[in-house]
Amino acid sequence: MILVCATTALPPGEATRVEADEPIAVFNVDGEYYAIDDTCTHQDASLADGWLDGCAVECPLHASCFDLRTGKVSGPPAKTPVNTHRVLVADGMVYVEPGVAADGAA
Amino acid sequence: MSPTIAVVGASLAGLTAARALRDQSYDGRIVVIGDEVHAPYDRPPLSKDFLAGTASLDDIALGTPDDADLGLEWRLGTAAVGLDRSSRSVLLDDGSGIRADGVVLATGARARRLAGSDGLAGVHVLRSLDDAISLREDLASAGRLVVIGAGFIGAEVASTARTLGLEVTVVEAQPVPLAGPLGADMGAACAALHADHGTRLLLGTGVAGLVGTDRVEAVELTDGTRLPADVVVVGIGAAPTIEWLAHSGVALGNGVLTDARQATNIPGVVAVGDCAATWSTSAERHVRIEHWTNALEQPATAAATLLGAGERPAPSPVPYFWSDQYGARIQFAGSRREGDVARVVEGSCASRSFVTVYERDGRPVAVLGMNQPRLFTRLRRQLRSTVPATA
Ligand SMILES: Cc1cc2nc3c(=O)[nH]c(=O)nc-3n(C[C@H](O)[C@H](O)[C@H](O)COP(=O)(O)OP(=O)(O)OC[C@H]3O[C@@H](n4cnc5c(N)ncnc54)[C@H](O)[C@@H]3O)c2cc1C
Ligand code: FES
Repeated sequence: MILVCATTALPPGEATRVEADEPIAVFNVDGEYYAIDDTCTHQDASLADGWLDGCAVECPLHASCFDLRTGKVSGPPAKTPVNTHRVLVADGMVYVEPGVAADGAA
Repeated sequence: MSPTIAVVGASLAGLTAARALRDQSYDGRIVVIGDEVHAPYDRPPLSKDFLAGTASLDDIALGTPDDADLGLEWRLGTAAVGLDRSSRSVLLDDGSGIRADGVVLATGARARRLAGSDGLAGVHVLRSLDDAISLREDLASAGRLVVIGAGFIGAEVASTARTLGLEVTVVEAQPVPLAGPLGADMGAACAALHADHGTRLLLGTGVAGLVGTDRVEAVELTDGTRLPADVVVVGIGAAPTIEWLAHSGVALGNGVLTDARQATNIPGVVAVGDCAATWSTSAERHVRIEHWTNALEQPATAAATLLGAGERPAPSPVPYFWSDQYGARIQFAGSRREGDVARVVEGSCASRSFVTVYERDGRPVAVLGMNQPRLFTRLRRQLRSTVPATA
């Protein structure tokens, strides 16, 4: 389990990146936290730099959209999904469990 | 009988149009006609990773396994040679024709060639996969490359060739590269990357001709200088592929003329992507955009127009493109005009990491970023919401 940050450091609509074996992007969507691989499956872009649109993030480079809940990609140029990771919130802190898919993810 | 829609051009705009038609519940026949023998592939990597040899053909394929469900009829390796307006048929180079209830024109653009360069080995343009493969082969055994034109594609080829270890000279007729899209200051800021990475950039210099009998040996400049070259890449822009429509009755200008919803003057015929000059309400003229994102976005509107899916408001997209050169990420959104004021709002040109906002009458109209994807993306979004919605 990796400590991401305090909940206060990640307000709604924001994203942050944590280093793990593969970097992970953590998002706050109206108080719900989601974590996916940070690196786009198309090229080397950081999805934490992308644009949050509801429960999806648009890659900052070529605009493929990834569903934060499932990791699925909605359109080109990326063709493969990203991994999701389970997020835990305890005592005002946000944690991720790398390699453990989020509940409900494909 | 179920209706037929013919999509002419099997690349980004054509494939996206076919997907959009299915997305919008069209379940009739879709025939996709493409003159290249290859299944749809992505062009941007042709000057970048694919040319460098770090991306494979598989990597750049546009198709996905899901596309099998679209039920498309492919006619690859077949060129459309005409459109018969009265029967609304697409005429093919094998002598056959496809009668269609709807036609999507998505024939893109082709690279401009240098007059007098035909038949000279070692001289390349870069538009198609075949172009990229032959250029890649030629670069593998070359020492000196001369790129004619310092536009985005020329700059990307120069950058890739440097990573392959070639000695590279870029020749540009204008005093500042990219001044048209970016303005002089920012054009210069981007062009500075060449010198950083050991590429020689010659500005304000015209090309008088190419030297060589069977194979190119040098590029001769208007001032008499001869630049020895094993390979020459001509990157002087692209022209829309519309000659095949000359006698079709489809209104043509700098591209297939369409309204803001991608409809041409002929009912049931729409045009999308690099071949389309689309009416822009904000610019009050037809605008042809040669960017990837445009070819991805227009087809949804075109499909709705073709299927008569009500009067959705015409979109007022904010043009967007990117370019990767020497490891730097350049991104641009909006449209710049002469007189717009460019202001660096983050970072500095000298550090090769900056964001510049262009303003007109105090309002942001465009944004440029180098190695600043996060802030750029935010400002690009704001641009979308400040561009007045056009009815
Ligand atoms: C080397 C290169 C690098 C690029 N890099 C970038 C970048 O970094 N960023 C960016 O935003 N954009 C970039 N672009 C631009 C982007 O690739 C284009 O905007 C995009 O490909 C346009 O798609 P399209 O489907 O409209 O046209 P095209 O991709 O040109 O496809 C048109 C297709 O129609 C076929 N065709 C033409 N005539 C006929 C006919 N009569 N019958 C049948 N088929 C026909 C053509 O062979 C082609 O396959 C780049 C382009 C190139 C060439
Ligand atoms: S890097 Fe994410 S879509 Fe290209």
